[in-house]
Amino acid sequence: MGVKIPHPQLINRRNFLKVSGIGTLTLSVIPLNAQATPESALTAIRELIGSKTPKEARVKLILTEIAENGGTVPLKVSVESPMSEQDHVKAIHVFTDGNPFPEVASYFMGPHNGRAYLSIRLRLLKTQNVIAVAEMSNGEVYLGRKNIKVTIGGCGG
Amino acid sequence: MPKKNIKPRVRVPKKIKKGEVFEVKTLVEHPMETGMRKEKKTGKKVPQDIIKEFNVIYNGKEVIKAIWHPAMSANPYSSFYLVAKESGPLIFSWTDDNSDTYTKEITINVEG
Repeated sequence: MGVKIPHPQLINRRNFLKVSGIGTLTLSVIPLNAQATPESALTAIRELIGSKTPKEARVKLILTEIAENGGTVPLKVSVESPMSEQDHVKAIHVFTDGNPFPEVASYFMGPHNGRAYLSIRLRLLKTQNVIAVAEMSNGEVYLGRKNIKVTIGGCGG
Repeated sequence: MPKKNIKPRVRVPKKIKKGEVFEVKTLVEHPMETGMRKEKKTGKKVPQDIIKEFNVIYNGKEVIKAIWHPAMSANPYSSFYLVAKESGPLIFSWTDDNSDTYTKEITINVEG
């Protein structure tokens, strides 16, 4: 019936984040009713990549849409890259934005791997986003993300 | 105290040609205690006890280094790719919170 007007504080916070240089990543990852955890994921990513703006491309996540058991959820991350001496992925970092702590794993690699790829199993507490950040040899940063619904959480045992 | 039954398991293709990009699969048995689980009887938190670093060395060169956090599931599985160069040793190491390191070594036979 009425028009939805965003809360003024949220508008100001979004502008602040944009001006502070965190970039479009922040605006699209933080939902309107932002909670602490997605911010800590962004902070963790920011600490890793500094002031670089990640491009959302080239990083593919293979992750089920619904996990019955959050205690062990397979994840594959594949990054498009020739993996040559001149142009390769140096590292892939995996984060989540709904777990008690955002970091999952960091993999350091190079041309000797032939493929920028990792396959692991995650613990997920609840429905959330999994984010993979790839650092390239030329300094560029790419990311990919996927939302996953978790029916039974898996952090507390 | 190092764990005795970590049972590292590693799988590579049986035939590998020089220059081939092949997949290496690994698995270890480890509870990966997050530090957030509570003992049912006492209600006390079980302290964190995880494998925090995983390294792979191929013919003397480090080809994978991984840092793991408590969000890795128990009995951690990890697979990655390598370019086949020369035949030789492939050494896997898992290091935990107590700085104990568990290793497994296999030999890669590269044809051609």
